[in-house]
Amino acid sequence: MTAGTPEVVLRVDDVHKRFGDLEVLRGVSLELRANEVVCLIGSSGSGKSTLLRCCNLLETIDGGSIELFGHDLAHERIDEDLVRRHTGMVFQSFNLFPHLSVLDNVTLAPRRVLGTSKATAEAEAMVLLDRIGLAQKAAEYPDRLSGGQQQRVAIVRSLAMSPRLLLLDEITSALDPELVSEVLGLVAELADQGMTMLLATHEMGFAREVADAVCFLEDGRIVESGTPTKIFEDPDEEATRRFLQRIIDAGRL
Amino acid sequence: MDSTRSAASVRAEGDTFSLYRSSRPRLRGRAGSVVSAISTLTVIAVGIAVLASPSAAAFRRGFLDVHQMWIAFIGDPTKGILSVGKGFLLNLWLSLICEVIVLILALGIATLRLSTSPVLLPFRVLAVAYCDFARGVPVILVMLWVGFGVPSLNVPGLSTQSPVVYAGFVLVFAYTAYVAEVYRAGILSVPRNQVQAARSLGLSSTATLRSVVLPQAVRNVLPALLNDFTSLQKDTAIVSVVGVLDAVHAAQIAGGVTFNYSGFTIASLLFLAVTIPLTRYTDRIMAKDRGRRLAGAQ
Repeated sequence: MTAGTPEVVLRVDDVHKRFGDLEVLRGVSLELRANEVVCLIGSSGSGKSTLLRCCNLLETIDGGSIELFGHDLAHERIDEDLVRRHTGMVFQSFNLFPHLSVLDNVTLAPRRVLGTSKATAEAEAMVLLDRIGLAQKAAEYPDRLSGGQQQRVAIVRSLAMSPRLLLLDEITSALDPELVSEVLGLVAELADQGMTMLLATHEMGFAREVADAVCFLEDGRIVESGTPTKIFEDPDEEATRRFLQRIIDAGRL
Repeated sequence: MDSTRSAASVRAEGDTFSLYRSSRPRLRGRAGSVVSAISTLTVIAVGIAVLASPSAAAFRRGFLDVHQMWIAFIGDPTKGILSVGKGFLLNLWLSLICEVIVLILALGIATLRLSTSPVLLPFRVLAVAYCDFARGVPVILVMLWVGFGVPSLNVPGLSTQSPVVYAGFVLVFAYTAYVAEVYRAGILSVPRNQVQAARSLGLSSTATLRSVVLPQAVRNVLPALLNDFTSLQKDTAIVSVVGVLDAVHAAQIAGGVTFNYSGFTIASLLFLAVTIPLTRYTDRIMAKDRGRRLAGAQ
């Protein structure tokens, strides 16, 4: 995409995924290079979330292949914990650990997985929390935070593991409208800093702004992909146009 | 649009409805406290009348004799009466030791039942069979079985243990099954997305269980765990059937010597002195937990 073609971080090739009789992914292929941001758009049930979850081995695929940093995730010797250590995932429902303080939420993985000392992990976590303006909430429990604050902590919790790829699964869909921007602002900031991200989103304005490429999914297939300008202003496919029209009608673009 | 109009028209068709209760209004404030004072006094008066009646005298003599209670409590070696108080100490420490062992073993059984590894399949089956058996058979039956049966087998090392050991084994055997089920319910009450969040951070399944699932699981079932502990505490009384000298056995002996059963009363009071505070504490934890959940509700 850019000059010099940086390394391919994620290569999804003809991936199929079935839940019982329902085929959720029917041959999805895409490529994500370092420092790229790719947005998956499409209506609910189009397979966006499933695709993200497959990339993190939270789901196994039934056909095709996924390569992460050049390694085939279907290889028998793949260590799923190592895969996840290097790929951060943020969920729609935040999923902060309710029994741990904000600080402990952020330091848990570095301490348990990487064996970082408590002092170091906490110092690093405080730097991250300070960056999102939540340092003063470090000792609070998640249920004392607003949804937007919780989601930003969830992002920081992923960042504490210094992931090389961030998977964001509709991270603003559970938020009150006025809290969406603080979360998207943080993601845009990460994009600026060169974080490689694959994200499923319903925020078309945001996708247009930060994405290097946008993929439109329908019924488990990527119907169309391209630059945001292309997809949002001059899509080739009728299905893409119909989807965007629905979004515009709903007042979300 | 159509449906709302029809609903409105249905209501408009001469629908008379009342907002007043048909019964008398509930008593509130001063009137309420006067009424509750009167009813309380009435109950107390009836209670005193019953206890003071001539036919209750035998009951008082036989069960509520304070002097006999005291004798049973401290014991009287000259008459062969053993101390109920001393016996109760055995109930106490036995329940504490058993509870600790139960809490550890039950956790193992619960995680085993919830494991998915194919290697562990036979153990999972055994764990299910054990839980079904231990929860389905009366504790007193197992107590008699082990307490009298095992010594009669003449197995070296196994048949020569003290009755207290058999009793402890039986209590642990019975309660581990119950507590394992409580743990299992607790583990299942932790949302799956908590596990996924932990795993997606790179935590292994063991680390996830230890740092994310179990702390939340135990918190969710703490009242039930305390409940089972209260139950275990009073079920230590069944050790008396195999001749272990606990509060109940001592009270039985005292009753046999003096033909007065106030010893049973003092034994009951001792159990209540432990279980009631424990129950109140459980209630408090439950109330606190409910408050926390409501505050944390999104």
